Amino acid sequence: MATKTKAIKISQKHLLGIQDLSINDVSLILKEAEKFIELNKSKNKKLDLLKGKTQINLFFEPSTRTQSSFELAGKRLGADVMSMNITNSAIKKGETLIDTAMTLNAMHPDIIVIRHQDSGACNLLSQKVNCAVLNAGDGRREHPTQALLDALTILNRKKKIQGLKVAICGDILHSRVARSNIYLLNMLGAEVNIVAPSNLLPKDIEKFGVNIFSNMKKGVKDCDIVMMLRLQNERMSSSFLSSNREYYEYYGLTQDKLEYAKSDSIIMHPGPMNRGIEIDTKLADDTNMSVVKEQVELGVAIRMACLKIFCE
Amino acid sequence: MMKKKYFINANIIDPHNNISEIGGLIIGEDGKIEGVGKKVNKNNIPSREKVIDLKENYIFPGIVDMRVFVGEPGYEYKENFRTLSNAALSGGVTSVVTMPNTDPIIDNVSIVDFLKRRGRDKSKINIFPTASLTKGTEGTNMTEFGLLQSKGIIAFTDGIKTIQNTRVMSRIMNSAKDLGSLIMQHAEDQELAENGMINDGIISTKLGLQGIPEIAELIIIERDLTLLEEYNCRYHISQISSGKAVEIIKDRKDKVRFSCGVSINNLSLNENDIGDFRTFLKLSPPLRTEDDRLSLVQGLNDGTIDVIVSDHKPEDEEQKRLTFAQAATGATGIETLLSLSLELYHNGSVKLEKIIAALTSNPAKILKINKGNLSVGNDADFCIVDINKPWIVKQENLVSKSKNTSIENKRLQGKVTNTYVKGQELYNI
Repeated sequence: MATKTKAIKISQKHLLGIQDLSINDVSLILKEAEKFIELNKSKNKKLDLLKGKTQINLFFEPSTRTQSSFELAGKRLGADVMSMNITNSAIKKGETLIDTAMTLNAMHPDIIVIRHQDSGACNLLSQKVNCAVLNAGDGRREHPTQALLDALTILNRKKKIQGLKVAICGDILHSRVARSNIYLLNMLGAEVNIVAPSNLLPKDIEKFGVNIFSNMKKGVKDCDIVMMLRLQNERMSSSFLSSNREYYEYYGLTQDKLEYAKSDSIIMHPGPMNRGIEIDTKLADDTNMSVVKEQVELGVAIRMACLKIFCE
Repeated sequence: MMKKKYFINANIIDPHNNISEIGGLIIGEDGKIEGVGKKVNKNNIPSREKVIDLKENYIFPGIVDMRVFVGEPGYEYKENFRTLSNAALSGGVTSVVTMPNTDPIIDNVSIVDFLKRRGRDKSKINIFPTASLTKGTEGTNMTEFGLLQSKGIIAFTDGIKTIQNTRVMSRIMNSAKDLGSLIMQHAEDQELAENGMINDGIISTKLGLQGIPEIAELIIIERDLTLLEEYNCRYHISQISSGKAVEIIKDRKDKVRFSCGVSINNLSLNENDIGDFRTFLKLSPPLRTEDDRLSLVQGLNDGTIDVIVSDHKPEDEEQKRLTFAQAATGATGIETLLSLSLELYHNGSVKLEKIIAALTSNPAKILKINKGNLSVGNDADFCIVDINKPWIVKQENLVSKSKNTSIENKRLQGKVTNTYVKGQELYNI
C-alpha cells in the first residue's frame, strides 16, 4: 500500500471543478499522483487500494482518452469499473439525468465519473447521489483532471509552475480545458496569456486575471509553455471564423510563431489534435518540445490520485 | 344581491384618482364602489350598519398583471384558468393579460371564443386575452387584428418570441395604426440570443453557459422605435432587462409615444442569484448585473418604465429538473408580484404610490380598460394588504399549479389579506 498522509484531507466531497479546490487540495492531488507515475511504468501495475469499490463511468459525450484513462486508472487501483454505454441506455429512450442518477445511486457506487455536453451537469448529478462525483468535462465549464494533469506535466518538465509564463491559444470560448487551466495556473502562480480571435473569447474573460492577445506572436512572446486547444470544425459554419486556412495562418502554431516563445518552451495539447489547423504537424511530433504523449501518460496518474482521494 | 359593505380607517392608495390617504370604502349591493377616501368615515355611516375597521391597513385597487402565461389550452397540467385565478387572488391580482403561447396558439377567431368561454366559466378574475401578432408566432403572416379585437382580444404579441423581420414589423405597425391595436413586443434579437441562457458576462463565462448579450434587446428596441416614428401605433415593450435599454427608452420617450414594462424578477434579482445552476432563475429576458437592476429601479422611479409585470410562467417540475441548458425558461410569480414589489418600498428605493401605479393604473391606461382604480361607480376590485406582515416564500404553500418560483425561501414583508372582485370577497388569509 502507498504511504498514507493523514495530515491533509481534501476539502471537497466531489471534484466538480478547479474553482472549488484550495491550494492544499491541489498539492494533495499532485503529490499523490507523483507516486503513481513510477508505478505506471513498472511491470506490475495493479494495486488493491480501491478493492471492493465500484466506479461508474458515465460518458454522455464521445471521448477516447479521458474515458480510457479513467477506466484504466480505476482498474489499476483495483476498483470494479463499469462504463455505461449511453447509446444503448435508457437515456436514449428519454430518461433524464436525474432519473439516471437515482437509478445508478441505488446500485451503491463509490464514485461516478461523468462527462456531459451541458455545463453544470456534474453539479446536478452530485446533488442527487450519495457517492463522490468526478467531473470528466461538463459543457464548456470545467475539465478539472485535464488541468491537473497539465500541471503535473509542467511540473515534471519545468520543476515549478510559480513564475512561469503560459500562453493558452485557440477556441477559449467553447473550451472547458481553458477555463480549468486558467483557474489552476493562476492559483499556482503562473502568468497566463490568452491568445484567440475576438470571436472565440468569452465575455469578461479579462476579469479572470489573464492577459488577452489577438496577435499570436505577441501572445506567445517569452512564454515557457504554449498550450494549444482543439478547434472544432463546426466553428467555421457559424461565422466564428472564415476558414481553416486563415485560422492556421493567424492562430495555428507554426515554427515562425514559436520563435517568439522561450527557446526551451514546451508545447501542450489536450488532444485530439487537428494537424494543419491549430498546430503544424512537425511541431506536434517533435518530442523535444511537444509533451502531448506525456500528458496522456500522466493523465492516468492524476486520475488514479483523484479516484483514490475522492473514494476515501 | 349582496349586502352593502363599509370599510373605514384604511390607508387608501388609488393612483388613478390621486388618492393616498386614510379613509374608507363603500361597496354597494351591486358590487360597485359607492364611496372612497377620507370622506368615508364613522361619522357619515349610519350606526346600524356593520363597519369593518381596517386599522390603517392598506387598500389598493386590484392589480392588473400585463404578462401572464396560462396553460389553457394545451398545457393544463402546468396551469389552468381556475388555478391561475386562485393564485392571482392570493396575490391581490384581479385582472390578467394572458399570453397567446398556448397549444394551439391564440391566432384565430374561433379559438378566442373557446378562450373567452373558459376564462369566464373557470376563472374568478378578469381575463384579458392577447392573440399572437403572427400566425403560429412564426413571424411571417399577420393575424386578423381587427376581427380578433372585435372578439375581445386586448392586445397582440408573439409572447415569448420577437418579430425578427423588419418588413413584417413595419407592416404590423402600419395595420395596428389603422385599427387602433396595441402591439406588445418581446424585445430580443433571435440571432444574437441564439442558444443563450443567461446574461452574457463573467457569470456566463464562469458557468460555461451561452450568454445573451444586452445588445440583443437594444437592437430590437432601437429598430422598433425607429419604425414607430414612421408608423405611429400603440406600442409597448413587454419587458426590458438592461440599464442601456432604460437609457434608450428615456431618450426616445421625448420623441414618440410608447410604453414599457419590466418583470419584477429583473427589478429584484440579478445574475448572481443563479448561483449553482438554479434552473428556476433561467428567465427571459435574463437577469443581468446589479448595475442593470439598479438602473431598472431608477427607470421605474423616473417614469421611464411604466409597468411592473409578474411574467408568470408556470412550468412543471419535469421541465426544470434538468441541466440548465435543457430546462424550460420562466418562473411563476403572480402570487408574489405585490409582496416582492413592496420590497422596493420597504428598502426605500421606490415610493409606494409609484409602485402601485405601475401595478394598477398604468397598465390599465395602456390597455385602455377601466380597471386598476377605485373610481366611484366602478367594479369593486381591490385588495387589502398588511404592508408589514413578514412571510417566507415556500414552494409547498404556493397556490399556482406549478411551483417554479424564482424566490424560494425568500423573506418578504407585506401580504395580501383579502381580495375582492366585483365587491365579493374571493380570498382571505
